[in-house]
Amino acid sequence: MENSLEDVFQDKVDKEIKIEPRDWMPEKYRQTLIRQISQHAHSEIVGMLPEGNWISRAPSLKRKSILIAKVQDEAGHGLYLYSAAETLGITRDEMYNQLHSGKAKYSSIFNYPTLSWADIGAIGWLVDGAAIMNQVPLCRTSFGPYARAMVRVCKEESFHQRQGFEILLVLSKGTVAQKRMAQDAINRWWWPSIMMFGPKDDESPNTLQSMKWKIKRFSNDELRQKFVDVCAEQIKLLDLHIPDNDLKWNEARGHYDFGKINWDEFWEVVKGNGPCNKERLETRKKAWENGAWVREAASAYAEKRKQRESLSAA
Amino acid sequence: MMSNENQSWPLWEVFIRSKQGLDHKHAGSLHAADAQMAMENARDVYTRRMEGVSIWVVESKHIHASNPDEAASLYDPANDKAYRHPTFYDLPDEVKHM
Repeated sequence: MENSLEDVFQDKVDKEIKIEPRDWMPEKYRQTLIRQISQHAHSEIVGMLPEGNWISRAPSLKRKSILIAKVQDEAGHGLYLYSAAETLGITRDEMYNQLHSGKAKYSSIFNYPTLSWADIGAIGWLVDGAAIMNQVPLCRTSFGPYARAMVRVCKEESFHQRQGFEILLVLSKGTVAQKRMAQDAINRWWWPSIMMFGPKDDESPNTLQSMKWKIKRFSNDELRQKFVDVCAEQIKLLDLHIPDNDLKWNEARGHYDFGKINWDEFWEVVKGNGPCNKERLETRKKAWENGAWVREAASAYAEKRKQRESLSAA
Repeated sequence: MMSNENQSWPLWEVFIRSKQGLDHKHAGSLHAADAQMAMENARDVYTRRMEGVSIWVVESKHIHASNPDEAASLYDPANDKAYRHPTFYDLPDEVKHM
């Protein structure tokens, strides 16, 4: 019996019929999605922190307005994704607890510091660019609520990348110091950005199952290569360079070759030893704790109003 | 004194009319303490780019959904009634405006 339910499920997935929350699904599929979607949501929420750092120091009112809008979008993206995860049976509070207790992971990229204004440009171009590369195929992922959330996210994400590239473009045409600042930001963000696609395919044990279930559509290495190819061309318009001496067009492969990734650094940051892991988690927890009185007041107010309404109805 | 730390805000479903003349369409869900807050949160979460001219919110617990396991029997009555579709009728090509 169990077997045949699983066959029906796989058959639907193979035929590109979306799985909806109340449909039967293998427990492992449910758990994989809860983990992936909640991690994704946490990344959006923690992702607000490095950029929020520059809202009060943006160089102009225009840049400040844009950055506020972008950070607000990230909050929205987190909310779409938390809602999608909730349809699988986990509560919002459980997910918050997993994040705040350090049990849940979020994208390691947000454990790097934002040292200059150019970092906001580099984050938009590279970090959001890598995120888009990952997210566009997720618009066709097999679980309906996740796919729908991703369509919304991708529509909004495009402005994030364009505003980042524009920041770098303006800096690259500015003074020598401004151009140097842009290059410095790219130097620091390039490698962490290409690590965003996750471990190499042969060290990513869940990939095969996720591809069979069409949660994932492309492997980590495929997406990483695509991202490198795109960036290697885009950087030419900035008149700056990518900090990789091995980056070279390979005619035979039809792709850019690139240098070795420092996987030791990747795993150290994943394990919690990146430059800002502690600070990010503490800031996030503090924000949650400082908001407790607001949540309590809103609940008390709603309760009081409900009582008043039932009194006047009686 | 009620504490919301272990009693979270209820879930609401959000429906948006994207422009005058169109139906409200399900946009997503969110948590809020009451209807007014749900409305304001829906505005911030789902209409940051003028995606709507009208918002409905309803507490999720009030929605009754059909059971996908019963889909076969639920929709069975319509299954064998092809004559409800205009293409069922075989008419000569000469018939115009029909």
